[in-house]
Amino acid sequence: MTSKATFRIRRGDAQGGRFQDYTTEVAEGMVVLDAVHRIQAEHAPDLAVRWNCKAGKCGSCSAEVNGLPRLMCMTRLSEVPLDKPVVLEPVKAFPLVKDLVTDVSWNYAVKKRIKPFKPRPPDAPDGTWRMAQSDVDRVQEFRKCIECFLCQDVCHVLRDHHLHDGFIGPRFLVHVAALEMHPLDVEDRLEELRGAHGIGYCNITKCCTKVCPEGITITDNAIIPLKERVVDRFYDPVLRLFRVLRAGG
Amino acid sequence: MPDFETHRHDVLVIGAGGAGLRAAIEASAAGVSVGLVCKSLLGKAHTVMAEGGIAAALANVDERDNWRVHFADTMRGGQYVNNWRMAELHAEEAPARVRELEAWGAVFDRTPDGRILQRNFGGHKYPRLAHVGDRTGLEMIRTLQDRGVHLGIDVHMECTVTTLLQDEGRVVGAFGFDRARGRFKVFEARAVVLATGGIGRAYKITSNSWEYTGDGHALAYQAGADLMDMEFVQFHPTGMIWPPSVQGILVTEGVRGEGGILLNKAGRRFMFDDIPQPYRNQTADNEEEGWRYTQGDRSARRPPELLTRDHVSRCIVREIKEGRGSPHGGVYLDISWIKKRLPAAEEHIKRKLPSMYHQFKQLADIDITKEPMEVGPTTHYIMGGVRVDAETQMSTVPGLFAAGECAAGINGANRLGGNSLSDLLVFGQRAGQHAARFAREGGQGRIDPQQVDGAARQAVEPFERRGDEADGPYRVQHDLQEMMQDLVGIVRNESEMRRALEGLQGLWERARRVGVHGNREYNPGWHTALDLPNLLTASEAVTRSALERKESRGAHFREDFPDKDPAFAKFNIVVRRGPRGEMRVDRAPIPEMPAELRQVIEEMK
Repeated sequence: MTSKATFRIRRGDAQGGRFQDYTTEVAEGMVVLDAVHRIQAEHAPDLAVRWNCKAGKCGSCSAEVNGLPRLMCMTRLSEVPLDKPVVLEPVKAFPLVKDLVTDVSWNYAVKKRIKPFKPRPPDAPDGTWRMAQSDVDRVQEFRKCIECFLCQDVCHVLRDHHLHDGFIGPRFLVHVAALEMHPLDVEDRLEELRGAHGIGYCNITKCCTKVCPEGITITDNAIIPLKERVVDRFYDPVLRLFRVLRAGG
Repeated sequence: MPDFETHRHDVLVIGAGGAGLRAAIEASAAGVSVGLVCKSLLGKAHTVMAEGGIAAALANVDERDNWRVHFADTMRGGQYVNNWRMAELHAEEAPARVRELEAWGAVFDRTPDGRILQRNFGGHKYPRLAHVGDRTGLEMIRTLQDRGVHLGIDVHMECTVTTLLQDEGRVVGAFGFDRARGRFKVFEARAVVLATGGIGRAYKITSNSWEYTGDGHALAYQAGADLMDMEFVQFHPTGMIWPPSVQGILVTEGVRGEGGILLNKAGRRFMFDDIPQPYRNQTADNEEEGWRYTQGDRSARRPPELLTRDHVSRCIVREIKEGRGSPHGGVYLDISWIKKRLPAAEEHIKRKLPSMYHQFKQLADIDITKEPMEVGPTTHYIMGGVRVDAETQMSTVPGLFAAGECAAGINGANRLGGNSLSDLLVFGQRAGQHAARFAREGGQGRIDPQQVDGAARQAVEPFERRGDEADGPYRVQHDLQEMMQDLVGIVRNESEMRRALEGLQGLWERARRVGVHGNREYNPGWHTALDLPNLLTASEAVTRSALERKESRGAHFREDFPDKDPAFAKFNIVVRRGPRGEMRVDRAPIPEMPAELRQVIEEMK
């Protein structure tokens, strides 16, 4: 069964642009990205869009569908009303390149600034380690991240306040959590978390958790425990007093 | 002279999936400067889609496993036309490469005693695949990516290489453009590693993304290198088939590894109907034994669903052709049945196959813990590629290396599941090491401005053509995909492939005429037009090689020559560019296997 639907797509680059309507045929089971491809092939061969796996595994096709940050490959047309135009826009937290494509290179620069994994010495003479499944479950949740950057897109610290210089955003707080809670890791990243990574900017509105296509409990499982670690280290009054006394004695 | 940026690296790696990243890490660790070109963003390459695991004889789950068994399994799976030296190196070195990933931060699923857990997979005698649920590729690429960015590798994201630059035969650099602005880039390099993956986009039903247009195959071919084994294209038995928009998306073999079974519309477990002779001793002859195998009973033999991919695909095609398929033209893959055997089966399935659960729920409204999936074969992988030296991964062109899917040799006529990720690591590492050595020993080559000029002209040509209004790059690509699917697919014959060769001529002519609109900034129409010659080169190589191999072996099945012919076991088929630009087909004898390896194979029979 096929019918027609209209897609209102933001065309243009950083210099300027406008919405343009495209009408195309839609069929059972289609996702938004299928419609975009059809429009590319039929009407707008130069329509810029990023995609790769088309199965929610690579995190390339992030965009805003009727104002909601989504992966276009995992958004079924049956989930969006088709009696009015479906509005497709690029994500807002990053500079526009063209049409639905934004410049996400800032994210790659941020990751470079985070101290890498540093394991403890191996547990066994053959150079391997032992870890219980129950101890890796927690970091495996964080390592599911497909780097679609939708959490960065909805984070108001980045989206509205543009504090890209002082805050690494939910994606990289999850990355730090994956490293800090890795059973083998012995690196210490708390000083940077408090300082350059700006964890204090997050005020736990949980918008990031709501949009995560991988269902990672970003705020509760990653950010809050990291905040607690920072507080314990730097702001616990008893420990602080203890440190002062010890330094004095 | 066209306007371009110049970048100078000792080693240039083209492609940033598992093989490219591993090569870049190794070269960088060897102390040379490294540039890494990604066609997409870093971390999005097809490796991310690999689900089941990395094959390595760690012997963590079954201590009877070792490199000899893995070697014999790989050769048997490849029907003995593999490069035996590569199969040997691969089996020997894979365990160290996997342990290295753990040292770099990868978090694999664990055994009860805290070591890396391994699972069963088709064609592997023992549970051998190190894995993370069904998202092993993501774990691997992220681990390598995070390691790589801290080593000072220069990453060129969203950049496409269109031409290799040569100095008296030796490869000394590459020409390309960045997608965002369309600006030209010239890379000067002392050695170049191709790690561009496959050619899946030549077919209509494929698990591959837009990137897999045979770029490395075509770049190497144009530079004068040999391509080998191009007739061997792997059709993965289980791709999604419904709804139409998800057709081809991969369903991991891990489903069968965890006990999933294949059924026809009558509910018959048809994989028991035809078990090939070389596997009879290793395959269960009843359902009970098969189930025990998937649950770790070491006295049981594996269920027939875990036979090699080529065979399972053909059995599925047979069921469909003979009218026993499912409503949408596939067969059923059922994991939900295990609730008859396991308490808390639903939770078990969600934990072991989380992304499959998610994928079917979201894209097809199917709850795989409750109902069967509909699946059919999908173009997944090419065993063939650039012919390389087993030890160094250097091609027949000096300074040009290749690793991973775009290189040939390790897999022979059919690749075992799980051997791809380990191949990327083992031969990515070797390519990086030897490219770095080549770069240190060889001086800087000379970049010929005329070649740069020519490459730049070629790149912008599609804008200058008026083109036929009714035709366009997407349409040419689409027609190619339909034709290859119909005429050079899972079941092949002489007359259809002859028709494909004629069809390719017509498509070449159309590709040379297609024009594109707009400007050079992030213009997918232009990119598609530039991908066409690569796809056509790869498709022609597949077709000509498939015509030459007049037998059926592994993934290459000819209904006009349905049997294996021992005469064809003695050589690989090679294509290279002839003096007038024509594609030449040649037979390259397989060197004799040393007695000790022959003995290993005999012992494992």
